[in-house]
Amino acid sequence: MDITISLSDGVPIYRQILNQIKYLMASGQLLPEEELPPIRTLALQLKVTPNTVVKAYDELESAGLIHKRRGAGTYVSDVTSPLAKRERQRIIEQRVDALLAEAHQLNFTADDILRVLRERLAAMPRLAAAAAKGER
Amino acid sequence: MEHMLVDVNNLSRSFGRRLALDRVNFHVAKGRVCGLVGANGAGKTTLIKHLLGLLRAQSGSVRVFDHDPVRDPVAVLSRIGYLSEERELPEWMRVDELMAYTQAFHPTWDTSYARQLLETFALDPSKKIKELSKGMRAQAGLVAAVAHRPELLILDEPSSGLDVVVRRDILDAIVRTVADDGRTVIFSSHLLDEVERMSDHVTMIHDGRVTLSGALDDLRRRYRRSRVRFREGFDHPPVLESALAMDGGGRMWSVVHSGPSEEFRLSVLTHGGEIVESRDATLEEIFLARAGRSRRQVEAA
Repeated sequence: MDITISLSDGVPIYRQILNQIKYLMASGQLLPEEELPPIRTLALQLKVTPNTVVKAYDELESAGLIHKRRGAGTYVSDVTSPLAKRERQRIIEQRVDALLAEAHQLNFTADDILRVLRERLAAMPRLAAAAAKGER
Repeated sequence: MEHMLVDVNNLSRSFGRRLALDRVNFHVAKGRVCGLVGANGAGKTTLIKHLLGLLRAQSGSVRVFDHDPVRDPVAVLSRIGYLSEERELPEWMRVDELMAYTQAFHPTWDTSYARQLLETFALDPSKKIKELSKGMRAQAGLVAAVAHRPELLILDEPSSGLDVVVRRDILDAIVRTVADDGRTVIFSSHLLDEVERMSDHVTMIHDGRVTLSGALDDLRRRYRRSRVRFREGFDHPPVLESALAMDGGGRMWSVVHSGPSEEFRLSVLTHGGEIVESRDATLEEIFLARAGRSRRQVEAA
């Protein structure tokens, strides 16, 4: 599973694992009923204490995003699309918040940002076409 | 209360006039990984030597598995795996002789696990210890420390002076010890990124005293690192409420402070500044702030 741990941004490691698994689910890289790596395997891969992985899995389980099968590992739950949608919304909001904070630092107004956003989108023909199609 | 595998209360120890441990309390619950951090000479090794019964408590008490390690060394040491920075291994022995020798002390020795580890590390059993490189010695010491599947694994600066590959082997050994039926690990290290990755609990020792101890996530929540911008520059760090350490200069300062704190925000405001960015502190930032090793320490805190 493609997870990276960063120790420089002050986010607890279990939360980084949790967020990245949610991201993998929201973006369709982890599919319903797909098996998650066993705790020991993921701990060895990431070089973190197994208790941290346990904590991340426990929280995902109580949020109903994954489930354990008796003696047979941990699986991605078949989350209904509203949940995935909420998660996607949350991810994009976080990115936008970071962008706005940075923009404020650099003295860009919200209007400036919207303008830049449109310019950048126009510079990416494939995305621009998809966006135009969505508007219709 | 949770059952404590290691229970140290009010332990003090001096060597001559020097107070090496000062009323230390240290408790480790079963199944935990406890990281012990502190500068060289802070007292980490002295504490560990008490757990192993190599030093007698001058005052206070030391209990490991509910035994006194000095009075009852067999009951304690047979259940512990230990690897020290010095790796005091018998130089004249061959690797296989070291294994046989260590096995004799430990009825729970797992021969196939030992063999498997030796193969993973590509250690030649017929080689003499003195012929091994530094990294290979550490690996041999590690096999000797874990092959009896100890209930408690104690590693004193295990990664010191080792290359990335061997350090990874040591971290893997910690993960396996905990993942396989919840055994317990205590490890001391000055490599804070290792401690941050591997520990559930962290105990920070400074000048023989425990300055900070608790679950890593709780400790981290208690401290924030904020970047602050002032309207006017300061030559010396301004005194801010709840700030522990400040770095920077002029108008931009990076501050480690206890928090989340309204006092801090107001204090910044009073000095004509604003908080540009704020997040939970990393273990390294907390450590430097608490150990007074930041470039500018704020005495007022």
